[in-house]
Amino acid sequence: MYPREFEYVAAGSVEEAAQLLEDNPGAKVMSGGMSLIPMMKLRLLSPELVVDIGRIPGLNTIEDRGDHIAIGALVRQRQIAESPLIPMALKTAAAQTGDAQVRNTATFAGAIAHADVAADTPTAFVALGGTIVAKCVDGEREIAADACFVDTLTSALEANEILTEVRIPKSGGGSAYDKLGRRGGHTDYSVAGAAAWVADSSGRECRVAVGGVGTIPALASGVMEAMASGASPEDAAERACEGITVLEDLYGSEEYKSHLAKVFVRRALEQAMANAS
Amino acid sequence: MEITLTVNGEKVTADVEPRTLLVHFIRDELRLTGTHVGCETSYCGACTIHLNGEAIKSCTTLAVQADGAEITTIEGLADGETLHPVQEGFWERHGLQCGFCTPGMIMQAAKIIEENPDPSEDEIRHGIDGNLCRCTGYHNIVKAIEYAAAKARGEEPEPAEWETV
Ligand SMILES: Cc1cc2nc3c(=O)[nH]c(=O)nc-3n(C[C@H](O)[C@H](O)[C@H](O)COP(=O)(O)OP(=O)(O)OC[C@H]3O[C@@H](n4cnc5c(N)ncnc54)[C@H](O)[C@@H]3O)c2cc1C
Ligand code: FES
Ligand code: FES
Repeated sequence: MYPREFEYVAAGSVEEAAQLLEDNPGAKVMSGGMSLIPMMKLRLLSPELVVDIGRIPGLNTIEDRGDHIAIGALVRQRQIAESPLIPMALKTAAAQTGDAQVRNTATFAGAIAHADVAADTPTAFVALGGTIVAKCVDGEREIAADACFVDTLTSALEANEILTEVRIPKSGGGSAYDKLGRRGGHTDYSVAGAAAWVADSSGRECRVAVGGVGTIPALASGVMEAMASGASPEDAAERACEGITVLEDLYGSEEYKSHLAKVFVRRALEQAMANAS
Repeated sequence: MEITLTVNGEKVTADVEPRTLLVHFIRDELRLTGTHVGCETSYCGACTIHLNGEAIKSCTTLAVQADGAEITTIEGLADGETLHPVQEGFWERHGLQCGFCTPGMIMQAAKIIEENPDPSEDEIRHGIDGNLCRCTGYHNIVKAIEYAAAKARGEEPEPAEWETV
């Protein structure tokens, strides 16, 4: 399974990479390649130019910046899973991503850019809030977590933009992630998954995101509204799929996936509330 | 594109097409056929090698991404005639049947015990999540890795199950 022919450049800096994207509208960024290479092998994507940003220095650190944690574009899922700076929801989602070899190569930023609804860390990112930093030759902009995902495999990044950093607010409280993996338990992409952040153990002030079931990882605003008015996690979870078009796929019917979303919303909320106390 | 990398301690320079997958470069250009191709979709782990000290799937890596890197394949794991503890474990505890998954399984297992010298059975099983075996049912693979971990710690491994019945 070979990709179609393409040109390859290992960029030495973000500026160089941004210029290459600007000059070559058919180009694609590559970080770890764990989603891009399979897509190219299947010939679902055939970029004329691959701009490898994997060697750019300075992009693979996790930093505490006082009010937020800054995660460089080349930080891999494994580093997220192992870092004490990362909130529990995201740590857990990263630890449950793929397998050890995948986590050694796959980046967190790449998972956001790839925008697969079945991915784990993007769901945790939406619940935790925060922003991504997108750079192009004209400058940079920040995009809020819940505005990063547009449609199936479509992020808010423009073709000439490079995601350079993910910023997660240090909001305190507690957070959690839970899912059913395609290979059972927590293994492999999520059939359905949910992440929750709560300000304190009452859970009234919270952010909850659901992944796996629709087209994008999405905020479960119905659940958040119910929690704000004092509902129990179990009752609030009944509204898990409000506003989400649940899609049947190889892994389950609409009914089954809707049921799973409720189960994981409840579990994520309960665990986040326990983690907050 | 010209790439230069160190493979099992030896420097190699070659001209490759950007689309060449690292596993094909290793097998077809370098003729190191110990690294296997099972699925080519990054699921089975038969192609696992060490790249700059970490276990990765070489079917989902471009050869050009390995420019400048250090690579170890199954051929480079033993120390001369002395088997790596994991290789010895697979031998002593019958961790293989057809052997197709074995090189990748061993490369991943070597990292498991390097990073966690005393892994629990659960940690071993999770550690090989990304390596599929169609023959053994994994039981003896887990036993082989337990054997290797004990050996690497300088301890005497538990006797084999068939010696204790
Ligand atoms: C076998 C296997 C199992 C997996 N299992 C899981 C799982 O259980 N759960 C899960 O959530 N995920 C899973 N994944 C997906 C994995 O987490 C993603 O492939 C990975 O995180 C993507 O990051 P990458 O660096 O490899 O991105 P790449 O493959 O390099 O890129 C992916 C996409 O994002 C774009 N891109 C990458 N980085 C940037 C950037 N900095 N700026 C702009 N665009 C960018 C690329 O152009 C491409 O379109 C699995 C993958 C594999 C191969
Ligand atoms: S051949 Fe690479 S994972 Fe199967
Ligand atoms: S021994 Fe045959 S696949 Fe594992």
